[in-house]
Amino acid sequence: MKNNEITWGLKRSASLLAAGLLLALSANAAKAESVLRVGMTVSDIPDWSGQPDQGYEGARFVGWSLYDSLINWDLSRSDIEARMAPGLATEWAVDPQNDKRWIFKLRQGVKFHDSCEWNAKSALWNIERLTVQTVPQFNPVQYARQRSRTGNLDRAEVVDDYTLAIYSKTPDALFPYNFYNWFMISPCAGEAAKYDYSEFAKHPVGTGPYKFDKVNPRERLELVKNAEYWDKKRIPRHDRLVLLPMPESTTRTAALLSGQADFIEAPAPDMIDRLKESGAQIYTNEYPHVWVYAFNTRKGPFSNVKVRQAANYAINREEMVEMLNGLAVAAGSTYSEKSPFFGGAKPYDYQPEKAKALLREANCSPCEIRIAMSNSGSGMMQPLSMNELVKEQLEQVGFKVTLSVVDWNSIMSISQKGWEANPDYDAVNGANPIIDPVSAIFRRYTTASNAPQGLNWGWYNNAKVDELAKQAQQTFDVGKQTEIISEMHRLTTEDPPLLFVVRDLNPRALGPNVKGFVQAQSWFQDLTPITVE
Amino acid sequence: MIGYIIKRMLYIIPVCLGVTAVCFALMYLAPGDPAQALLPPDATPEDAAYLLRLYGFDQPVWVQYGRWVLRAASGDLGVSLQSQRPVFREVMSALGNTAVLSAGAVLLAFVLAFILGTVAAYNIGSRIDQASTTLSITGVSVPNYWLGIVLVIVFAVELGWLPAAGMGSAGSDSFSLTDWAQLRYAILPIITMSVLPLGIIMRSVRASVAEALGQESIQLLRAKGLPPYAILTHAVKNAFPQILAVMGLQFGFLVGGSILVETIFNWPGTGFLLGKAILTRDVPLLQGTILVLSISFVIINLVVDVLQSIFDPRVRRT
Repeated sequence: MKNNEITWGLKRSASLLAAGLLLALSANAAKAESVLRVGMTVSDIPDWSGQPDQGYEGARFVGWSLYDSLINWDLSRSDIEARMAPGLATEWAVDPQNDKRWIFKLRQGVKFHDSCEWNAKSALWNIERLTVQTVPQFNPVQYARQRSRTGNLDRAEVVDDYTLAIYSKTPDALFPYNFYNWFMISPCAGEAAKYDYSEFAKHPVGTGPYKFDKVNPRERLELVKNAEYWDKKRIPRHDRLVLLPMPESTTRTAALLSGQADFIEAPAPDMIDRLKESGAQIYTNEYPHVWVYAFNTRKGPFSNVKVRQAANYAINREEMVEMLNGLAVAAGSTYSEKSPFFGGAKPYDYQPEKAKALLREANCSPCEIRIAMSNSGSGMMQPLSMNELVKEQLEQVGFKVTLSVVDWNSIMSISQKGWEANPDYDAVNGANPIIDPVSAIFRRYTTASNAPQGLNWGWYNNAKVDELAKQAQQTFDVGKQTEIISEMHRLTTEDPPLLFVVRDLNPRALGPNVKGFVQAQSWFQDLTPITVE
Repeated sequence: MIGYIIKRMLYIIPVCLGVTAVCFALMYLAPGDPAQALLPPDATPEDAAYLLRLYGFDQPVWVQYGRWVLRAASGDLGVSLQSQRPVFREVMSALGNTAVLSAGAVLLAFVLAFILGTVAAYNIGSRIDQASTTLSITGVSVPNYWLGIVLVIVFAVELGWLPAAGMGSAGSDSFSLTDWAQLRYAILPIITMSVLPLGIIMRSVRASVAEALGQESIQLLRAKGLPPYAILTHAVKNAFPQILAVMGLQFGFLVGGSILVETIFNWPGTGFLLGKAILTRDVPLLQGTILVLSISFVIINLVVDVLQSIFDPRVRRT
């Protein structure tokens, strides 16, 4: 009896000890997990099942975390504009025998998070997922999102296990720019989900530096470190990434200040000083962005180049920067002087007398214009106050401005349909991502891109620019191609299709416990080097 | 009573049809279209047409509306254009989250308004009355989004007593009213949302109780020497059905959510969902949300009417 009691007592003690040890271990494990919580500006979690929605913010946080593209970005430096870098393709070049055939050499030894092999077959599966309407993996919504990158894509074919050929419809030396945001998902997972993307979204699988863990729609997406990521330099230095949609800037700022977030996008400008006081780190950097107005060059005052130039000389950009608390830099042209495509352009500066003289020469006094603007939107910064200031500055030189405020969806509709469908407007306010020459110049300033076929809202037409565009597309030597694009930039600054105002400095605030972030000059950012103490 | 309830339930059908038809029409009158929000800015008209055809938006508006009504009648509210998630699940989860705030806000507002309004009515013209009236006017006048920001700055940022945003560390899935760690996330939004109904209900309580106190029956009770608390009880009982109606109406409004308050507190409720649906022209999501909210509003009013008739049999007779 006594022995039994002793045995029972020993067993009990042992189990208690074991339980205690387990608890202690699990507590330590939980304590050891480092978590990076990011407050995004979007109002919902960007689609995490392949091609994200919600613009470049979706790609920035969801796309580049879960997935890779054939071509990635080198986001490791803050001192130069980010460049394209090998991703799931290690090299790419046009076929010397066929200028419509591009050969992509694929990275070997890469596996998706579900151990599915990355090879030419899976690359082809992904290309067709967004281009071929008859294949089972075709995703119509994501196809639509990717349309601006697939217009000139003819077809793709497997050459061997690790080589893929992609054909363009017409010779296009700028073709690779279409592949940097083309996220590769696991064909095995897609097939297991029976090509039902809502099913795939329950456990999305890519090759990216983070793996999916769980999601609470509209509230949070939780990803965990992919310790086997193929790019060893980019294995996350924290264990978990939590993405939180927080559309209101005051809320994001309060979340950081109260310790509910570690990293926030675009803090409230009037709370920057308070953030600094609390020890938060404010990061700013230039990136390929320009806040502009697209001129209606076919009807109304802006059909005269002198009026377009006058508007550009009328803007006191320094005053705008001051109003924005220093969170922007002046922009007098599409590209800044730091860009390889800047060339010999002469950016506009503030010359009110010259603006007045140009308006007199154009015989436009008072020069009545009507501008469409939105009250919010992607890359729009502080549109209400900024438009008010632009109106005031334009009126000081002789313009008479009427601002028409509409919501973001409406401004997108106006922009897409072009001036012809909206002849009452002389200009439309917008923010241009000048991430590559295709989106910065070719889709905005060429006749072939006249809206609604492209982004040239005001049907800007310059025969020299059109000719250079053709030359650039057929020039496969990158150096010569850069020279041609630089010349296009010079011409489109001299004869401006847009009113250039400022470039956003893309402020971000990080808690005092967050280290290692390098703010790249890009719409995308690398979160993997961040440590959370 | 059962016949009355059935009759009122049947009213839901024309109310929902009317509200959703107006919403449908307004979405098409507004510039922009559902395909716009799904496409990149430089998508061609052919791409837009493809998407419109895919979702049936190329059909005449009345055909689209008719199809939507038929599907909704069979319980299928469709799929959100933006998130590709089922609308019913989206709306019900948001409704549950907003119900936490609206029930809390109405309860808080009712308790405070009832106490302060009754005291004010009993002491008309006194300083207590003046203070209560000032509070009521303030409640009605203060913009709740401003108050929300101030509360966040004071209690979350400066004092660190309460969280600034969201529904807790694991979100709405694990939200529990019995767990203080979760409940504390609801306190600031509940206070913010309660201020407007507090002002309205307090005014109503004050007026109703004051009116009841002036009735001849109450004068008779005074003449018979009843103590003040007993007189007040009679007056409040007389005023209660009217107060209940105002309270029910306020609860109905709050269930619709507050776009601004829910945005400030990052609370994933119906207001937040509606705002997103409107801005992205997500027609199925907007229609589904409006339908569920309309049904909720009618049911809440029905419950209030039934309660009123229980407290005041005269209502039943009329």
